Amino acid sequence: MSQPISPKPALRRFHQAQWDEPVILELSQPGQRGILVPQVEAGIQAEVGDVASALPDHVRRKTPPALPEMSQIHVLRHYCRLSQENLGVDLNIDVGQGTCTMKYSPKVNDQLTRSQKMTELHPLQDESTVQGILEIMYRLEQLLKEISGMDRITLQPGAGSAAIYTNVAMIRAYHAWRGQADQRDQIITTIFSHPSNAACAKTAGYKVITLYPGDDGYPDLEALKAAVSERTAALLITNPEDTGIFNPRIEEFVRVVHSAGGLCSYDQANANGILGITRARDAGFDLCHFNLHKTFSTPHGCGGPAAGACGVTQELARFLPVPMVEFDGSRYYLDYNRPDSIGKIRPFYGVAQNLVRAYAWIMSLGAEGLREVAEVAVLNNNYLMNQVLKIRGASAPYARGKRRIEQVRYSWEQLAQETGVHSDEIGYRAADFGTHYWTSHHPFIVPEPMTLEPTESYSKADLDEYARILEHIAGEAYAHPDVIKTAPHNSTVHHTEHECLDDPQQWAITWRAYKRKTGQ
Amino acid sequence: MPDENGIVYPYIPNSAPSVKAEMLRAVGAASVDDFYADVPSSIRLQRKLDLPPPCLSEWELVRHVEGLINKNKTAREYLSFLGGGCWQHHVPAVCDEINSRGEFLTAYAGEPYEDHGRFQALWEYTSMMGELLNMDVVNVPTYDGFQAAATSLRMAGRITGRRQMLVSSLVSADKRSKIRDYLKPDMAVDLLPCEPDTGLIDLAALEARLSSGTAAVYFENPSYLGLIETRADQIARMAHDHGAVCVVGVDPISLGVLTPPADYGADIVCGDIQPLGMHMQFGGGHAGFIATRDEENYVMEFPSRLFGVAPTTVEGEYGFGDVAYDRTSFAHREQGKEWVGTAAALWGITAGVYLALMGPRGMVEIGEGIMVRTAYAIKKIGNIPAVRIPFSRSHHFKEFVVNFDGIGKSVATINQALLTRGIFGGHDLSAEFPQLGQSALYCVTEMHTQADLDQLARTLEEVTR
Repeated sequence: MSQPISPKPALRRFHQAQWDEPVILELSQPGQRGILVPQVEAGIQAEVGDVASALPDHVRRKTPPALPEMSQIHVLRHYCRLSQENLGVDLNIDVGQGTCTMKYSPKVNDQLTRSQKMTELHPLQDESTVQGILEIMYRLEQLLKEISGMDRITLQPGAGSAAIYTNVAMIRAYHAWRGQADQRDQIITTIFSHPSNAACAKTAGYKVITLYPGDDGYPDLEALKAAVSERTAALLITNPEDTGIFNPRIEEFVRVVHSAGGLCSYDQANANGILGITRARDAGFDLCHFNLHKTFSTPHGCGGPAAGACGVTQELARFLPVPMVEFDGSRYYLDYNRPDSIGKIRPFYGVAQNLVRAYAWIMSLGAEGLREVAEVAVLNNNYLMNQVLKIRGASAPYARGKRRIEQVRYSWEQLAQETGVHSDEIGYRAADFGTHYWTSHHPFIVPEPMTLEPTESYSKADLDEYARILEHIAGEAYAHPDVIKTAPHNSTVHHTEHECLDDPQQWAITWRAYKRKTGQ
Repeated sequence: MPDENGIVYPYIPNSAPSVKAEMLRAVGAASVDDFYADVPSSIRLQRKLDLPPPCLSEWELVRHVEGLINKNKTAREYLSFLGGGCWQHHVPAVCDEINSRGEFLTAYAGEPYEDHGRFQALWEYTSMMGELLNMDVVNVPTYDGFQAAATSLRMAGRITGRRQMLVSSLVSADKRSKIRDYLKPDMAVDLLPCEPDTGLIDLAALEARLSSGTAAVYFENPSYLGLIETRADQIARMAHDHGAVCVVGVDPISLGVLTPPADYGADIVCGDIQPLGMHMQFGGGHAGFIATRDEENYVMEFPSRLFGVAPTTVEGEYGFGDVAYDRTSFAHREQGKEWVGTAAALWGITAGVYLALMGPRGMVEIGEGIMVRTAYAIKKIGNIPAVRIPFSRSHHFKEFVVNFDGIGKSVATINQALLTRGIFGGHDLSAEFPQLGQSALYCVTEMHTQADLDQLARTLEEVTR
């Protein structure tokens, strides 16, 4: 007699690929090759002989590097299997990584950047041969100028944090230019602005003052007034902050800092909900930056390559990194003649393929489309919030009863108190349902945090499904928390014991260190 | 059903008006304006953004963007000898195949469970780089080689508690600019002169500048001008004798033939992995690596993510996670080391694929092959009347300087003449290194055949005549 088989449950019966794939160095088969390199022709060899053997002994490598020896299909198969053990926007309802704007990256834009007309361009080619890419960079600057209201934009930074650093470097140059470099040694930020605002300011030599919100979750104007002084170099602030709460007194914040002689720099990592609604310039900011891999859809690539864009007012334009792309009416060119520039932030001009993608994305939408992006992202967020707040144990601290912009920082504090299940554990369990979940940036000012940002890319049904997954896990927390405590169950690997990663005697950052430390 | 603009956007599922209405009803909002209640009218944009009309259909978009990028002329259509920090190497098809997979391309900062693949692929990348570099600690990639060098020097400053940085004067002007900016708050950069005839670090000058305040000595091997620093071991020893850290920038594609810097005394090794499987992409293929020995005082100064292998509850499984996460700005904001954020992970995965495909023999063959081709090009070009190879006494890898002072023409003029003959000539060094006169930096890789190099020599002879 056959055993009864349970019916398909309401939630997706996901199981992550589990290939038990060895570390690639264990796959080596001596003698195999994955690719052949062009052999040196006899004519060259005859002319110059064995060049390498003429090298002094200590600069000539004696033993070939112990890389794996594999045939091509085995390399391919290994990495295809690893890729299957990964989720991305293409596969999951990727709303669980708040602050990161996990939206759809259109395939057509990827295809455009894979053209040899893009991939095989050397950055030092004669300008006459790269008019197409220079024109795209120039046009992208014009689009971002209008979207931000700023006067000039550099596309050079490699990502968002590099853009924050670029802005801080320009702030430093501005005060030095005015002879106030030593006096203005403090930068003010808020705890719900991205950690890189504080960290980049410190890296650039500033003392960091961090403002905490008032009880209502709004940035505290009185705290700002108390913090500003003749030592203030700048305010670095996100709006809406990572709570999804828009600071309605942002103009006053800017005024307070300006009247103390400081600059205001707007971290627009969270711009997705306000495209075409409000702009950095309209609130009086001197500098801003966008993450093109967030708001402007370039794919996140497991953590880059990304792209950052910094906008500044005319007053600060002289400090922008070199070069800038200019147009003289007939040709596009690179302008290095900028004596007050902060110099170089990265090699060459930026992550060019992502600039093409961002340009294509904006051009596919236009003004109405960008506004639609913002409005639907915000609608999706408030819809999802409505669903999540119905779940036992979940809450949205601060600004009670108010709407949010494009994301919400939730708290599972009540759930944790009542069940002992913590936010990070909910994430381990969420993986069992084929989705990504992230707690929040540290420190956890909001206890047991979760930040969801549903962007414009997800359907109502997607949002319902994500909410049902959370509801299901919260239910488990109350009914049988062991399921969560032992999660994940349907993942590639099981619960990982992380203690060794903080122990210098045990941590193994490479295979060779692992072999040494485990006596293999 | 059209919305008020008559458009349902394919990238925006809920732009269909009926869905919007249903969702607004569900949350009790009259319109999306309700959600913007906190945005004061004084800063509300009271008009439409002034943007060009969109290319709504995919075909219109393709036609428009292709129309722009097709104006470019590529280093495939022309014979290119450009290097100088971005290099044309063959990119194996499997590299493109793997980094185009949506699972990798569209994921982000995943957690070790649902994104186990990303952790393993990046840990394998650092492991294979560790073999190439003969070092036990390699970071998850930072933005590019510039950032890797700048951060390596700040790490050295923190490790030693000293402020003086001795940096080779033959580092590219752009990288020097980055280093100066980045070290500004904590450190002073002193340039180390190089010998005019060999292009190598002037050891007497180095000795004279080293002091108990020196945090690090930084040089590149091969250098920006393609020279192999044959006294690297002496430089490292001299740095160590003064308690300074030896930081070496290296082109990873040279390491099948050249000694990994750790073996001649480097304490921190850094560079750019663009040569290992990344298309040039007009400078979009860069990613930086930093490597050290497995010593706690070094490891704790990395700002980058460091991944480590860890056991799981099931014996035999490899789990992964962050090593010493408390170092980072993700954990402690300004109390962390510098900062960490999105950088260039996909290029790390790709470089891993490249190293696995190449294997030990591939890396040896490509390194030796580039050296031999470079020597051949130097010989051919050196034979052109009045054209000089300034550092011909030194050993070269992949790049070399060609001087045209004897011709009486500028590099710009010569490069224009080459361009009309289908060649991208070497990078013009005359503004960057005025002391080299009218010189250009030529780059030769495994992609060049004897016929290519002969064509270059023949054409150069023709245009310099």
